[in-house]
Amino acid sequence: MAKTHVDAIVVGAGWAGSIMAKELTEAGLSVVMLERGSERTTPVEGAYPESIDELRGAVRKRLFQNLSQSTVTIRNTMDQTALPYRQLAAFLPGEGVGGAGLHWSGVHFRVAPEDLRLRSSVIERYGEKFIPEGMNLQDYGVTYEELEPFFDKAEKVFGTSGEAYKVQGKIVGNGNVFSPDRSDNFPLPAMKDTFSASIFRDAASNAGYHPYALPAANASRQYTNTYGCQMGPCNFCGYCSGYDCYLDSKASPNVNILPVLRQDPGFTLIPNAHVLRVNLDSTKTKATGVTYLDTKTRKETSLSADLVILGAFQFNNIHLMLVSGIGKPYDPLSNTGTIGRNFVYQTITSSRVWLPSSSYTNQFVGAGGAGVAIDDFNSMNFDHGPLGFVGGSPVWVNQAGTKPIAAATGAGGGGTPRWGSAYKDALINTYKHSLGIDAHGSNMAYRDVYLDLDPTWKDVYGQPLLRMTFTWKDNDIRMNQYVVSRIEPVARAMGATKMNLVHLDAGQPFDTRNYQTTHLGGGAIMGENPQTSALNRYLQSWDVSNVFVIGSNAFPQGMGYNPTGMVAALAYWAAHHIRTTYLKSPGPLVKA
Amino acid sequence: MEPTLNRPLRRSFVKGLLGTTSFWMASGHASWAAALAAEATQPYQPVFFNGTEYRFLEAASERLFPADHNGPGAKALGVAEFIDRQMQTPYAHGENWYMSGPFQQGPANLGYQLPFVPRDLYRKGIAGVEHYARQHYGKGFSDLSAPHQDEILTALEGGSVQLDEIPGRVFFEQLRTNTLEGTFADPLYGGNRGLGGWIMLGFPGARADFMDWVNQEGAPYPIGPVSISGETA
Repeated sequence: MAKTHVDAIVVGAGWAGSIMAKELTEAGLSVVMLERGSERTTPVEGAYPESIDELRGAVRKRLFQNLSQSTVTIRNTMDQTALPYRQLAAFLPGEGVGGAGLHWSGVHFRVAPEDLRLRSSVIERYGEKFIPEGMNLQDYGVTYEELEPFFDKAEKVFGTSGEAYKVQGKIVGNGNVFSPDRSDNFPLPAMKDTFSASIFRDAASNAGYHPYALPAANASRQYTNTYGCQMGPCNFCGYCSGYDCYLDSKASPNVNILPVLRQDPGFTLIPNAHVLRVNLDSTKTKATGVTYLDTKTRKETSLSADLVILGAFQFNNIHLMLVSGIGKPYDPLSNTGTIGRNFVYQTITSSRVWLPSSSYTNQFVGAGGAGVAIDDFNSMNFDHGPLGFVGGSPVWVNQAGTKPIAAATGAGGGGTPRWGSAYKDALINTYKHSLGIDAHGSNMAYRDVYLDLDPTWKDVYGQPLLRMTFTWKDNDIRMNQYVVSRIEPVARAMGATKMNLVHLDAGQPFDTRNYQTTHLGGGAIMGENPQTSALNRYLQSWDVSNVFVIGSNAFPQGMGYNPTGMVAALAYWAAHHIRTTYLKSPGPLVKA
Repeated sequence: MEPTLNRPLRRSFVKGLLGTTSFWMASGHASWAAALAAEATQPYQPVFFNGTEYRFLEAASERLFPADHNGPGAKALGVAEFIDRQMQTPYAHGENWYMSGPFQQGPANLGYQLPFVPRDLYRKGIAGVEHYARQHYGKGFSDLSAPHQDEILTALEGGSVQLDEIPGRVFFEQLRTNTLEGTFADPLYGGNRGLGGWIMLGFPGARADFMDWVNQEGAPYPIGPVSISGETA
C-alpha cells in the first residue's frame, strides 16, 4: 500500500473498531482499519440458503477465530501448567470483517447503573467487609447519566427493538422496571414473544417478578439507521448466533456501519492484516504506529499514525498490549501492574423445562436477541445482605433458534443415555416439547484470575500465546446457585412436567470443553486510578496516551448483561471525547 | 398434525442439484452438489476408509443412532458416507485446530491435547477397537451381536478402554459427534438421506421463515422439511 502515515489506525473490524473508524472519519481524520481475518460482505456470504447451513456454519465454525493461527492457553490455578485451547468450545471469538459482531445473537442491553459503581454500591449498602478477600471489586469511573446519550446513539445505529419502561422520567410502557431512565424510546418496538417466552412472561409475572422483552438488535420492522443503512424485518428464522443474517435483520458492523464507511474517501479497510505490535517511541509513552503482517503474502508492513485504536476482541487487545509493551503487565504476586488484571467472564447456566406432549415449543423458531427476561435477581436489584455474595443474573427464555446438530450433540448425559434408542426417544421429546431458561450472570474479578503471556506455546507468527488463569470462585458459584433456585417455581407455573435445573457446583473448575459464552471481559480495565486500571475513564491508556483500547476488556467485572451494548456505548463515549477534546490537544485526558 | 415419514427414503433428488440457480453454482456448496450427483446412481464407494473401517463405521454408528420406532437409523441415513466425505474436508485435517506442540496431557477440563487430527483419530481408533473386539470377543466389531457392540461402545464411552495411543473416550466422542452430524446435517453432505433425521425431530430444514409461527400457543409447526437443494419430504 502506498500510504506510510495516516491520522489514525484502528485494529479490528468488529463493532468497537467500526464505530471508532466511523467517528474518526466523521471528524475528518484519515483512518486505516486493519483486520486480521478475511473480508466479509453479508450480501454475498450471508445469502440464503448459504447462510443457514448448520454444518458449515456453527458446527464447522465458519465465522470464528481460526485457532491454527493463534489461540490462548488456559489453566485454572497459578500452580498449574496452562495448556493450549486447541479446539473452539467454551468461547467463540470472531474473525474477519465484522468480528464477533457478525456472528453474535443480537441481545442489546444498556447497563444497570449500579454495575458501573459496583464497589461503591456494595460498600454503601453492606460495608467494605462484605467484599470477599481477593476480590478486586472496582467502579468503572463513568456514570450511567454520562453514558446515556451514547447508549441512545448506539441503539439508533443498531436498530434496536425493545419496550421502554421510563423515558424522560415518565413511565411509558411495560419495559424493565429496574432499567434506568432513557432520553428516548427504542427505535423499534419489541420483538414478538415466542410461545416459550410468552409462557415464561405469564409465569414470572404471576410469581411477582417483573418480566420484560429482551432488547434486541434484531429488527422487528424494516429500519433505516442514522447512517442510512437499511435492515429488513426479522422473520425468526433462527440463524443468528453463529451466522450472518440473510435478511440484514440482525445488526452487524457489516450491515449497519461499513456500507457507509466504505464509501468515505478518508477510510481504508485492509483485511488479512494481522497486527504484530503497536510500535512505541523510546520513551514508551507514545505510539508511533503499528507493524502488521499480510497473512496472504507474509509481508510485514509498518504504518505510522498519530492515534492508535485497539478494537480487537477482548483478549486480543490484551495480547497486543503485552507484546507491544504498553503499560505494566499485571503481577498477581506483588499485586502490581495493570495489563492482564481483572480478567473476567460471565457465570451462565442453562436449565431445561419440559412441557406436556401436547405443547410444541418449535425450538427452531427464534431470534438471537428475542425473549423475555426478569431482572429481579440481577445487579443490586435484590438484597444481597442475607445471601452473602456480590453480583446477580438476569433470568430469561431466549429462544434463539435451536438447530438439530446442536440439539443432538448436547442431548443426554447427567445420568441419561447419550446414544441408542432411549437417547433418540429423549432427544425427540426434548426437541419438540422443551425450552431453555438461562441464568446469565455476573462474574467478579479476583487477584489470582488474570491474563499474561505463556512461557511455552507460540502462535504461527512466533509470538507467545496469551495465557488465561481462570476458574470459578465461591462467590460466583453461590450467586449462580441462588438464582437458579429461583427458577424452579416459575418453571412449575409454566406447566413443567419435568425440569433439569443446572447450576455450578461448589469447587467446580472452569471447563474449556463446553460452550458457555463468548462474553469475556476485563484484562485492560477502565478506572480512576492508574495503579488499578490500565485505561482512564475515556478508555485511553494511562501509559501511552495516543492509544485507546475499546472493548469489553474495559469492564472491571463481568456484568449480568450481554456486553455488546455497553461496548458500543463506551466506543461512542470514547470517540466523543477524542473528537471534542483529545484532537484539539493530544495528550492524557485525565492526569495520572 | 406433525409431518411424518410417509414414503421410502430416496436419493434421486441429487441428480437435479446442478440445475439450480446460478447463485448455487457460485456457492461453496457446488462441489458437494457435484460429488453427490455423480454418486447418486451407484452405491457410495468410500474414499478415505477401507472396507473393514467402513463396515465398522456403519455398524457402530447404527448402534449409536439405531433404527427404531422413531424412524431410520444411521445406516439408512447414510452416516458412514457422510463421515467418509467429511474426511476429505479441511476439518479432517484439523485445519482450524491449534496443532502446535509441545503436546502435554493435563486435566480433562483443559480440553483436547492429543497430536491427532480427525483422520488420525479414525485410523488409529478403528484399528484399536477392532483389536479390542477380537481380543475380547474373538471377532471383528461389525461381526458381533448388537449387545456385544453396545458393550464395547459403553466401555469406550466410560473411559475404561485405551486404544493404543488414543483414549477410548476420545474416539467415542469423535464418532458420536460425527454420527449425529451425519444424521442431522443438510443432505448435501451425504447423510440425513431423504431428510429422515429432520422428519424424526420435526425440524423444517431450510424453511427459515417463521414470521407467522412465532407464537401459535404450542401448536406443532405444520410444514415438513426442505433441504438447501430444495428436496422436500
